[in-house]
Amino acid sequence: MSTAAGEMTHHDHHHHAPSGLTRWFFTTNHKEIGSLYLWFSFIMFLVGGSMAMVIRAELFQPGLQLVEPHFFNQMTTVHGLVMVFGAVMPAFVGLANWMIPLMIGAPDMALPRMNNWSFWILPFAFMILLGSLFMEGGGPAFGWTFYAPLSTSYSPDSTALFVFSIHIMGISSIMGAINVIVTVMNMRAPGMTYMKMPMFVWTWLITAFLLIAVMPVLACAATMVLTDKYFGTSFFDAAGGGDPVLFQHIFWFFGHPEVYIMILPSFGIVSAIIPAFSRKKLFGYSSMVYATGAIAGLSFLVWAHHMFTTGMPVGAEIFFMYATMLISIPTGVKVFNWVATMWRGAISFETPMLFAIAFVVLFTIGGFSGLMLAMTPADFQYHDSYFVVAHFHYVLVSGAVFSIMAAAYYWLPKWTGHMYDETLGRWHFWCSLISVNVLFFPMHFVGLAGMPRRIPDYALQFADINKIVSYGAFAFGLSQLIFLWVVIKCARGGERAPMKPWEGAEGLEWTIPSPAPLHTFETPPEVK
Amino acid sequence: MTAPNPNTKTTTRADNARTVRRLLLVVVGMFAFGFALVPLYEVFCDITGFNGRTKNEQAAANQRSIDTSRTINVQFITRINQGMPWEFKPEVRSVRVHPGETKVVQFYAKNLTDHDMVAQAVPSVAPGQAGLYLNKTECFCFNQQPLAAGSETLMPMQFYLDPDIPKHIHTLTLSYTMYDMTAHTQPDVVASLEARPTAE
Ligand SMILES: [Cu+2]
Repeated sequence: MSTAAGEMTHHDHHHHAPSGLTRWFFTTNHKEIGSLYLWFSFIMFLVGGSMAMVIRAELFQPGLQLVEPHFFNQMTTVHGLVMVFGAVMPAFVGLANWMIPLMIGAPDMALPRMNNWSFWILPFAFMILLGSLFMEGGGPAFGWTFYAPLSTSYSPDSTALFVFSIHIMGISSIMGAINVIVTVMNMRAPGMTYMKMPMFVWTWLITAFLLIAVMPVLACAATMVLTDKYFGTSFFDAAGGGDPVLFQHIFWFFGHPEVYIMILPSFGIVSAIIPAFSRKKLFGYSSMVYATGAIAGLSFLVWAHHMFTTGMPVGAEIFFMYATMLISIPTGVKVFNWVATMWRGAISFETPMLFAIAFVVLFTIGGFSGLMLAMTPADFQYHDSYFVVAHFHYVLVSGAVFSIMAAAYYWLPKWTGHMYDETLGRWHFWCSLISVNVLFFPMHFVGLAGMPRRIPDYALQFADINKIVSYGAFAFGLSQLIFLWVVIKCARGGERAPMKPWEGAEGLEWTIPSPAPLHTFETPPEVK
Repeated sequence: MTAPNPNTKTTTRADNARTVRRLLLVVVGMFAFGFALVPLYEVFCDITGFNGRTKNEQAAANQRSIDTSRTINVQFITRINQGMPWEFKPEVRSVRVHPGETKVVQFYAKNLTDHDMVAQAVPSVAPGQAGLYLNKTECFCFNQQPLAAGSETLMPMQFYLDPDIPKHIHTLTLSYTMYDMTAHTQPDVVASLEARPTAE
């Protein structure tokens, strides 16, 4: 098959379907790579989810019953890594691959061959990471944040593999981000000015800039851990003049923008779906764009809110507290705009809209608990407790993951050419909505009562709530199998999807047939 | 389907290449920035006393006034890192000093093993802000400490508090953690360190 998009444009008819595995190995088509990313992320979602099930099974009762504490630590660590780098981020990259060229009227991503590479190195990264679990001494057990000295002096022998896999994931993300930026900057159809781009494109453009800014910093942290452990440097070792707190500064300089990398594309998705099912234009488009930019800018100034208990000077704690709280203003603008979009709209509640509305409500709850955590004096109580676990699962599961589900339902007809089963979709939604709250809401209470995170055992008074939480977890895990069923069913058949299955939807992606042909917009569309 | 104008195609290619080059520059720059954070952090901590850093260099024993109206309690804590087989403790747990007044405190160390070792003591001050006003004119922490198998030593630390030390500081704690540096030190360096007369 031809390798560059440019060649394809002339004789694409001969090149349609090289068969078998090689088609997927060598594809440079943005739609095929998008599908690869999405399937990969769903598999990782199930892998990381199974680890969560191990964690919740162990925590079902107080005491140690099922797994060794060291294995429990590996589960919490790898669950976090797989979900962040394997499930959420690749899902967004997959959506970007599929939708950005369609939304801006480009024939493909700007750098199709690099696109192929950025996907295909990912499975290897995760094979290395997951493989390290089976090595002697086990896989990474120091938390996904890999704080030194846990990841240096006290880490298992497999730490080099962990670092290597982080590096590959980082390279993949950086290549993906470069591709998005170049595509958006250079490949827009005539007339598609920046301020006409759909919000999803905008939020992804800003996310991509965050990625190229902070993934290299993560690579630095991982490299320093590697050299401290294996090559005798002392970046984080006080004996040699280093400082373990420095690790936290470097890590969170990456880590806080990273949380926005995992939520800004969600904002874009929800900003596409809510107007479509409210049959109104998005309220305050330009304020949405500026708010996204403001959130991204501020994300570089707040990292030490993860480190209030490390003994920072009071002045620094106050600065990071107020800077963090400031972020709630642009975020509030967004929530306000979504609600204002729904206001007096002719709303219908298909599955994408259900997930989008749940996103707005539950993400806001996660935002509020984040505001509580931002308060320095209060944080001394909440720090490293289950309250933190509740907070970031509200923003990442009922936030980011729900938005990805919404996106999948919204665009499945375009991808497959079939309508998904609406009844099953609603079952999936309601099961997920109820179980996700049973799973994460009570965690706030055990956290406030003092249950620490990352410990395989707990005090007896937390037993009842943990049992409820575990039931919620099992139910949420099973509910996701409904989603798998819906997707497979929709891919294999069903009611034919029209070009534009959603009455109120807007955008260039609805001007092409469903399923989207392999090659689209070879002649750029005219955007008025 | 009409083929797109070949001219726009090549310009797009050139544009793409230029954009990629610029973005790669950002990536390389941010990677360098990540490593630059190490010295930046060092400088930042030295200036602000952030994270309990003390001025880890010899302060000048210059002429200064002694503020007898204030007395500050200086406490000493010693720690041995990761079960290092040494004994390490201050001779007194705390001293009361006037700002500006010079004091000497002895620290006792004993190598409990049957091989020669080299150690490094790393200081830290709480509250962190006080670290800026603690001046050491003599300290065993300025150098690595070699100690032959089974031998013991007294190590002096001479200090004074800057008279400008903020009024709200009544107590400060100086903590030393002793690290085993034997593995990080070349054998000949160990020998030369041992040749150096240790303070008794
Ligand atoms: Cu943060």
